Amino acid sequence: MLGILIGIAAVILTAGLGLGSQQQVGAQISALGSNLLIVSPGSTTSTAGIRGGFGSASTLTTADAAALASKVAAPDIGAVAGVKTTSLSLTNGSTNWTTSVVGTSESWLTVRSRTLAGGRFITAADNADQAPVAVIGSSTATQLYGSTDAVGQTFTANGIEFTVVGVLATAGSDSTTNLDDQAIVPISTEANRLVGGTSKNSVSTIYIQAASAGQLSAADQEATSLLLQLHNISASSSADFTISSQEALLSTATSVSKTLTVLLTGIAALSLLVGGIGVMNIMLVSVSERTREIGLRKALGAPPGAIRRQFLVEATILGLAGGLLGAALGIAGAKVLPHFISTVLVVSPLAVGGSIAIAVAIGVIFGVYPAARAARLAPIDALRSE
Amino acid sequence: MHAAPTSAPRGVGVGDPTDSVPVIDLHGVAKIYATGALSVRALDGVTLRIDEGEYVAIMGPSGSGKSTLMHIIGCLDVLSEGAYHLAGEDVSELDEVDLAQIRNRRIGFVFQQFHLLPSLTAWKNVELPMIYAGLSKGARRAKAIEALRRVGLDDRVDHKPGELSGGQQQRVAVARALVGDPALILADEPTGNLDSTATEDALGLFDELHDQGRTIVLITHELEVAERARRIVRVRDGRITSDSAHPDVGRDLVPVGARPGAHQAGAGT
Ligand SMILES: Nc1ncnc2c1ncn2[C@@H]1O[C@H](COP(=O)(O)OP(=O)(O)OP(=O)(O)O)[C@@H](O)[C@H]1O
Ligand SMILES: [Mg+2]
Repeated sequence: MLGILIGIAAVILTAGLGLGSQQQVGAQISALGSNLLIVSPGSTTSTAGIRGGFGSASTLTTADAAALASKVAAPDIGAVAGVKTTSLSLTNGSTNWTTSVVGTSESWLTVRSRTLAGGRFITAADNADQAPVAVIGSSTATQLYGSTDAVGQTFTANGIEFTVVGVLATAGSDSTTNLDDQAIVPISTEANRLVGGTSKNSVSTIYIQAASAGQLSAADQEATSLLLQLHNISASSSADFTISSQEALLSTATSVSKTLTVLLTGIAALSLLVGGIGVMNIMLVSVSERTREIGLRKALGAPPGAIRRQFLVEATILGLAGGLLGAALGIAGAKVLPHFISTVLVVSPLAVGGSIAIAVAIGVIFGVYPAARAARLAPIDALRSE
Repeated sequence: MHAAPTSAPRGVGVGDPTDSVPVIDLHGVAKIYATGALSVRALDGVTLRIDEGEYVAIMGPSGSGKSTLMHIIGCLDVLSEGAYHLAGEDVSELDEVDLAQIRNRRIGFVFQQFHLLPSLTAWKNVELPMIYAGLSKGARRAKAIEALRRVGLDDRVDHKPGELSGGQQQRVAVARALVGDPALILADEPTGNLDSTATEDALGLFDELHDQGRTIVLITHELEVAERARRIVRVRDGRITSDSAHPDVGRDLVPVGARPGAHQAGAGT
């Protein structure tokens, strides 16, 4: 009983864990935007020693981003958003809030699959004008303005007064950053008025959205050859940038969570097996404890079928009780566990229903043998056993 | 090889115009228990014939094989040698389901150790045979309570065996044996735990059942109990040592029960 109880709870928890991690990964990846390619400066190839580590060199520029956006050179690329990120302190009166300031173009919203909660997004005109306007995340808005509507409010960064023209809709957080705590400004404003200096035309990341899901690899190739050409690099092996696709991330993530699921399923199956043996033992014990009862019932005229049926019903009830209790334990565990470990547990009705069904099946399967044994006993032999 | 005197009633019975097929017909029956190297012949060549409507007492010292004989008669055990015909049917040719049905419909058994289920109340114990006879719950309860009333336990219907005295438990066992109106009642020491008043009540009940035409076989140690029967079979070491009509039978009774098997075969006290 305890075995099957723990077995079922384990199944529900592991299924919940697998599902949770899958959903978490899926949410993180879809938070990046759909059909997305991410161009990062630097190279991951081992021969790239002189260029330093991944992401450290500022080899991508606003010009690269502009070139990639060309429909002629790269017809499979739908939208491009170069991003230049700096961390700055934003001031509203006496309130200070340090957040990441993201300089980008008007296409960022589409490329990152974000929506606005209010106001408008930055425009091409804002970029042309190096306008001091900003679209801020919902957390940032709360930090700076509390509950008042952020649209139309102002803040100061690096001595420049920005006007908030829009607020992003809540998106949660991915593994590293809070997607709701950032300020989006025109990239030209950031480059010229906030950062300046020699690196003012460099970007930290270029996000490329393929025109459609089917054009993702074509877009990847176009972006690679275009950037190699722009950077005067002949061999793709010595590229000073890296393009990673959301797909690649997704497949890595799913393969990881698949391994996890297989592992967890193995553990769950094992505990179910142990639970099944437990049920069988209980049935065997109850048979020997109740041998006299069986003998008596047979003596009073119970046909072997009735005895078998009685034991099967008992096994089923036992399995069902174990399944239900196990499910309750599992659901309770799924509620409590996330407080101790930082994982998301998703209790799926399928896992609960399925494991209860498994418990009943185990009860019946392991009830067959003891029931058959009980029914085979000669009435008087059973009655005599003390 | 089988003792001639004990087979005598059989021969006479065949010629008796009042009966056709005997209810119980054992011929050369042996039961051998093999425990380890030792094998015990609990029954050793028993030939016994009991006709419908007979009231037979089986007597004998402890360990003589009385219960074993009763279990064979009740189809609760299989015999090692010989043949057993129950109401004309060869028991060895019946399958488990047939035997279950025979035990259920035709035989009421009172066990020496009562064998009540401790978790069930008195009436639930009594209703057990009727469950397998397929009666509705309402009918089962009504009949169970009626049977308990007949044994004088109608005020203990909802008591569990643990809450009853030994004599009361025995009476529940008797109620369970007669609840299904079986034609054959086999009782292994049904009065063993009863005081003289209760014994008298129980014997009155058996008399009543006998008067209704039921065949009754009961095991007892007490001569006064055996004397209520019309025929006394004595057993020793697995053999029948005497099979006699009760001395009073000829005087008291119309000849239905007056088996002329009154051969005094050997001195079995
Ligand atoms: N299951 C068994 N295995 C081995 N021997 C047995 C078994 N049952 C009974 N015997 C033996 O068979 C013999 C007859 O036993 P039985 O129970 O029929 O006696 P009994 O006449 O009913 O005695 P009592 O008056 O004490 O109830 C005894 O010697 C007993 O030890
Ligand atoms: Mg006995």
